[in-house]
Amino acid sequence: MVKAAQEMKPEAITERRRGWFLNIYTKLAIAYLFAPVIFMIVFGFNDPQGRFNLSWQGFTLKYYSPSRLFEFEELNQAITHSLTIAFLTALLATILGTLIALALTRFTFKGRSALNLLLFVPMASPEVVLGAALLSLFVTLNFARGFTTVLIAHIMFSISYVVVTVKARTAGFDQNLEDAAGDLGASPWVAFWTVTFPLIWPGIMAAALLAFVLSLDDYVITLFNNGGYITLPLWIAGASRLGVPVQVNVLGTLIFMIGAVYAIVSIIRTRGERVSSIH
Amino acid sequence: MAGEGRRKLTPYLLTLPGVGFLVVFFAIPMATVFSVSFQEGSLSQGFTFTGHWQNYTDTLARYDTQLIRSLMVGLIVTIMTLVISYPMMYWIAFRGGRRKNIYLLLILLPFFTPFLIRTLMWKTIFADEGILLGFLKDVGLVSDSYQVLATMTAVISGMVYNFLPFMALPLYVSLEKMDPRLLDAAADLYSSKRQAFLKVTLPLSYPGLFAGSLLTFIPAVGDPINPELLGGVNTTMIGQVVQREMLTNNAYPRGSAISFMLMAVILIGVFLYARVLGTEEMTG
Repeated sequence: MVKAAQEMKPEAITERRRGWFLNIYTKLAIAYLFAPVIFMIVFGFNDPQGRFNLSWQGFTLKYYSPSRLFEFEELNQAITHSLTIAFLTALLATILGTLIALALTRFTFKGRSALNLLLFVPMASPEVVLGAALLSLFVTLNFARGFTTVLIAHIMFSISYVVVTVKARTAGFDQNLEDAAGDLGASPWVAFWTVTFPLIWPGIMAAALLAFVLSLDDYVITLFNNGGYITLPLWIAGASRLGVPVQVNVLGTLIFMIGAVYAIVSIIRTRGERVSSIH
Repeated sequence: MAGEGRRKLTPYLLTLPGVGFLVVFFAIPMATVFSVSFQEGSLSQGFTFTGHWQNYTDTLARYDTQLIRSLMVGLIVTIMTLVISYPMMYWIAFRGGRRKNIYLLLILLPFFTPFLIRTLMWKTIFADEGILLGFLKDVGLVSDSYQVLATMTAVISGMVYNFLPFMALPLYVSLEKMDPRLLDAAADLYSSKRQAFLKVTLPLSYPGLFAGSLLTFIPAVGDPINPELLGGVNTTMIGQVVQREMLTNNAYPRGSAISFMLMAVILIGVFLYARVLGTEEMTG
């Protein structure tokens, strides 16, 4: 043992030290990422006296009661608007994006690189530019802004993300499986729906979820094109101008919890799948 | 053969609806912004096309401070997110072991909170009489007039926080792809740890580093939310200017000119990126 330690190269020692340092560093960084989330959750149970939810005044659960959480009529409306838009965006952007992803992974065709560029540039554009561009189109066409323009904007910025997500799933797909189905007498149409589609379905669901979340979260592009169709982020921004209402903490906590539970469940499920596929 | 012809047509039929949508609601709006930027007039009198570059020269003269500030902030935020996330993602990719996915989940989890709420929480934490400064002032560590909000520090901190995943995830993807045996090979060839990092690990992480930098720099330069919520009168950035010109002043030509300049800067970045990495890398 002693001999081994003496023979240990100085490099190995610094390497071990670096491992220890980075370990602590990573955990501190994760703690920093959670700081505002923990603040949000804790101050959702605060009972502030005035407009400002700045310092701890005492524990209360009252903002979790439906009568207080949904006490603002505009907020309830904004939630309905946001969920409607997010649902329709997820549905439509996923259909459009999945078709493109299938074309990109399963076919070679002219114009691929132009298509890749058309998909990449919206992801690489600042939100203000996307918002301003759509607004100038609608202004030029004299098109009234509202529900339709918000939906159009959300589908537009979600398509590329859907393509990337579905593509990630279909890229690992074994084309031989479909060919095998063909050899066994399945028509291409039947082979697609019975073999390919079930295999890429999880990717499609993940893409739909991503589109839903992106839509729910968007503030800037919606700000340019809402025409009075107030979504949840727009309401939050307006209501928080003079101090953030506790309801915002509670809503944030609930959205965070839904996301966290979903992510944890899906990780446990994929781990379960992996284990069962080994045995 | 008829089947052959159909097979050739299929990819175009599949892409048609989505591409059509993106052409109408992304490519055409971009062209519209460009054309509107050459117009003049007001909402009440209507806008007419002039073909002059006046909106560009006017806005550049008026908002040069904000534009330069935005580019500088974008650069600082990109470097800071890189410096903060590289060691972290390196450790997770090479030392995370079986817990890799759990660490990754922990990094992503905070971002399930809506962007706006996250930023509002930083605003509350950094408030002049908030839990952080209120405490520091009570203890006497900082003077009573000290503030974080309305400063560049607050804006940059907010952005570094909000855009960290855009840097961290591409970095992780390229580090994770790397075969750790390459490092053993480097060691066998008498490379020191430092050399192995500089000559093997770092170059292999360039794709993630480029992608991450682009994905951080672009939204940071154009972001109006962080400067609006965390900044003050002296931290105005270009995203806020576009928003004000387009939405408050209804000065569509000026707003369009700034948007187009911003877009031009970014397209140059994307073009360089495509030259370095190729177009297939762009959509994964």
